[in-house]
Amino acid sequence: MNPKGPRLGEPASRWRMIVVPVASVMFASALPLMLPLVASSPVLPPLGLLFFLSWQLLRTEMWPVWIGLPLGLWDDLFSGAPIGTAVFLWTAASIAIAYLSQRIYWRGFFHDWAIGALLVAIIQALAALLTHPHAATGRVLGLVAPQIIVSVLLVPLFLRLTGKFDNFRLKRR
Amino acid sequence: MVRPAHRRPGQSRKAQYSLFAAYVIAVTGAVAGLLLAVLSVVDPVGFAQLRIASHEVTAPVARATRSAIGSISGIDDAVSAYVGAGSQNRRLRKELAETRRQLVATSSLQEENRQLKALLKLQETDKSAIANGYLLTSTSTSSKRIALLSIGRNLGVEAGQPVRGADGLIGRVLGSGPSVSQVLLITDIDTIVPVRRARDGLPALAYGRGNGDLDVRTLNIANNPFKPGDILLTSGTGGLYPPNIPVAIVARRQNDGALARPLADPAKVDAVSVLRPYTPEDAEAQLLKSAPGAIPEVPKAP
Repeated sequence: MNPKGPRLGEPASRWRMIVVPVASVMFASALPLMLPLVASSPVLPPLGLLFFLSWQLLRTEMWPVWIGLPLGLWDDLFSGAPIGTAVFLWTAASIAIAYLSQRIYWRGFFHDWAIGALLVAIIQALAALLTHPHAATGRVLGLVAPQIIVSVLLVPLFLRLTGKFDNFRLKRR
Repeated sequence: MVRPAHRRPGQSRKAQYSLFAAYVIAVTGAVAGLLLAVLSVVDPVGFAQLRIASHEVTAPVARATRSAIGSISGIDDAVSAYVGAGSQNRRLRKELAETRRQLVATSSLQEENRQLKALLKLQETDKSAIANGYLLTSTSTSSKRIALLSIGRNLGVEAGQPVRGADGLIGRVLGSGPSVSQVLLITDIDTIVPVRRARDGLPALAYGRGNGDLDVRTLNIANNPFKPGDILLTSGTGGLYPPNIPVAIVARRQNDGALARPLADPAKVDAVSVLRPYTPEDAEAQLLKSAPGAIPEVPKAP
């Protein structure tokens, strides 16, 4: 017997359980600035936000409601929106998910998709309006509309991916 | 089906308090974040360094992916070159013969041009670039059009310097870090470039649309003078952008001006130059330089 090694069937390390979700969101937020893509319009979906919402929809109690503060700040550093935008919007989204998970007791796949889609649409629209306060509202919303549509269609994929990460996070030894 | 949440803390006082505290922190932080966002819209310079620092972290990865993918995207060019070699050879030979004829015609024009230029003593403005670099990546998830430039303060790049590619104007430097800097593209929805039409010098303003195109509007609203194919250059009005840099080509007319496409596509441009910001003093100095000579001497024709 090796007293120091992991025992069979032991739960995953606490470190891994905490780091995997946070790291996935942080990496997804920073990823667009690692790709050699000089875009002329918002072409990529907000990867960090989609992971953030998926984790919360999948494991509502995993994070405290204030987790949007640090993760939002990290996203703001890379997104190009004024710093504080995601801090505000992501935290508001956390509170909304916490509230909705009490109202809708048994959430199914389509509930999750609807909630995720609604929040992505609202957050991207408000973030664009906060970024360009002097531009015409219609034009700014028209600019992010294609991105919102793509993001809404990608929500199920991100829920799946998050599920895979969650299996890894909780994998017993 | 997701398991229902058990947010309700039950009878435990401690659990009740910690849940309450979490909500207090979240709401306070969210409000602070909103204030911060409004503040950083009003004063974007204050937080620029924080953002630049985070870009310094991702820049090495962007450099690596750029070189990797740049070499991959070259492959399809090489393959199609083999496939189209025969017809291309024939076409190129025809073009070469055509070009030789034109070259003969042009050489005489060139000589004439040189003489006329000497006649006018055209002062070439200081067109030498501060530094040359390439665009690494951009904020492709937000509505702000910021690209990351591969050089920073190490090569003298500072905020407020114009950036151009070989084909035309790209944007201006928003902030610079030790080894990378941010460039606000001219297509961003908040940028305005004073331009003039190359043909007749008609002054206009080019507004970014945020989707890669520009809106061009004249100061004269009564009639719409633009035609598709009009080339727009920077006018140098108001400083910052030096005059006579190509900006855009008019694509089609609109009710209140025209829709124009930038001549330099930031996605395809290979290298960009960071220029010295143009100041109104430059223009005055030019006038003073050309004034005393009155009528310059006519050089002898060879």
